[in-house]
Amino acid sequence: MADLKVTFAGVEFSNPVIPASGTYGYGREYECLYPLSRLGGISVKGTTLHERTGNLPPRIAETPMGMLNSVGLQNGGSDKFLEYELPNLAGKGTRIIANIAGSTVEECAELAAKLNGSAVDMIELNISCPNVKQGGAAFGTDCTVAGAVTKAVRDASDKPLMVKLSPNVTSITDIARSVEANGADAVSLINTLLGMRIDIKTRRPVLHNNVGGLSGPAVFPVAVRMVWQVANAVKIPVCGMGGISSAEDAIEMMMAGAQTVQIGAAIFRDPYAPVKIIDGMSEWCDKNGVRSIGEIVGTVKPW
Amino acid sequence: MYKQGLYPIIRKTASAKGIFDITVLCPEVAELAQPGQFAQLLAPGFFLRRPISICGIDKSAGTIRMVFEVRGKGTEELSRLNEGDNIDMIAPLGTGFGTAEGSAVCVGGGIGVPPMLGIASLYGERATVITGFRNAAAVILQEDFAAAGCETVLCTDDGSAGIHGFVTTALDEHLKSKKTDIIYACGPMPMLKAVAGLADSYGVRCEVSLEQRMACGVGACLGCAVVTEKNGKVTYKHVCKDGPVFDAKEVRFDG
Repeated sequence: MADLKVTFAGVEFSNPVIPASGTYGYGREYECLYPLSRLGGISVKGTTLHERTGNLPPRIAETPMGMLNSVGLQNGGSDKFLEYELPNLAGKGTRIIANIAGSTVEECAELAAKLNGSAVDMIELNISCPNVKQGGAAFGTDCTVAGAVTKAVRDASDKPLMVKLSPNVTSITDIARSVEANGADAVSLINTLLGMRIDIKTRRPVLHNNVGGLSGPAVFPVAVRMVWQVANAVKIPVCGMGGISSAEDAIEMMMAGAQTVQIGAAIFRDPYAPVKIIDGMSEWCDKNGVRSIGEIVGTVKPW
Repeated sequence: MYKQGLYPIIRKTASAKGIFDITVLCPEVAELAQPGQFAQLLAPGFFLRRPISICGIDKSAGTIRMVFEVRGKGTEELSRLNEGDNIDMIAPLGTGFGTAEGSAVCVGGGIGVPPMLGIASLYGERATVITGFRNAAAVILQEDFAAAGCETVLCTDDGSAGIHGFVTTALDEHLKSKKTDIIYACGPMPMLKAVAGLADSYGVRCEVSLEQRMACGVGACLGCAVVTEKNGKVTYKHVCKDGPVFDAKEVRFDG
């Protein structure tokens, strides 16, 4: 049996597979299918300092081999996370990644500070949500602002800090370098690509928010390209995501340079996707003489 | 608690134009299922699943029955599956109907009629089922309601079968003359709003089954939001987990 353990930004994961924020809640909805300890970690639903009600429906649109969403960070706020969700997750034997977002730099720092001393293993700072009017992607599309919010959270937090990057930028490597220079311990990418669908009968956008984030297999090649570029541009580790739906996809993403991977929209189609991917990666390693999954990271041989 | 798996279709019929009736052998799902819950079906070639209401549950036979309408390319693919084919299904999902002592009225409009069969069957002779369709060719499930012992009131928009008119007129007549303890409804939003209004004016408890564009189906992604209001507080609830059945008093039908 291949060794799937990885050490990522100083945190040991039993395997590199992590359900992505916003696709897995806080794990409660999937526990009836398999123990959460099967997962390397869980990136929990994006949490803000105060409760957010989210966007008006419809929030979902199907696309060719993918989907758009405009949920708008609906969540119960940081107190509910700390008092209700985190205690439930803490004993489950999986790494807990707190995905956090805020409308101002100060709010992000305050939220990060609230998690100090908690059971959270790592923070994933979301500077890339395309579905909120303030903060969100506005932080992630400008190098100076991305650097400033990273520094503020780094200074406020005693946890390893991963910053989740937006693909809706001219140069994702510039943003990655900026957050690295400001203290990020890791980066995760890609968040969703901004998209739109229109109902031609009503001439209305399908989403009430008009636009939303594209995810699913349709975005996978874009994600592989960006992970490869970023992994070659920074020294901090990369968590790769965007359209992964099979063990082969996860291996491809790791060869591009990701040390861990997140699984998102694939879970909607198959709730067993994360465990099938873990089992498939293990089998692939055995068949290909790979003793430790870490050996394949960044091993793509570019032409 | 829900299951995911490949389950065989053991019976398939066309009930009306563009309406298909499938029975799936899935003992572990049938054991758990309650009236008003739904299943997420995977249409070959499509990324997201289609939420389809559960119409009938036979725990002893280990089957569930679903009646769905071809609305787009995804449901068209589902309609091409035949007896003997396996269907990839996550079920049972959501919160179904609550029950009450006494008598019930079930109101269904169009493809909102199938989810009424399970709950109406629990009441049998104590249920009156008021259903509305565009025309005679679209009428479904009348014999099934009758076989369950329910009184049926059929309405069509064009008068080609049953009463010429809307289900709400028939419901108003019924509520005027007969004691009713609970109303269940599923159908287009304007119909649900009108039914909820009547229930309120007669002081009868009312539960409505809603639909929304959906992704995960289990309450994780928060995609299938509906606007609700309780004690003056407006919040988004989710069709897949809080619903599809909601207390009509909570639902803001105009968003």
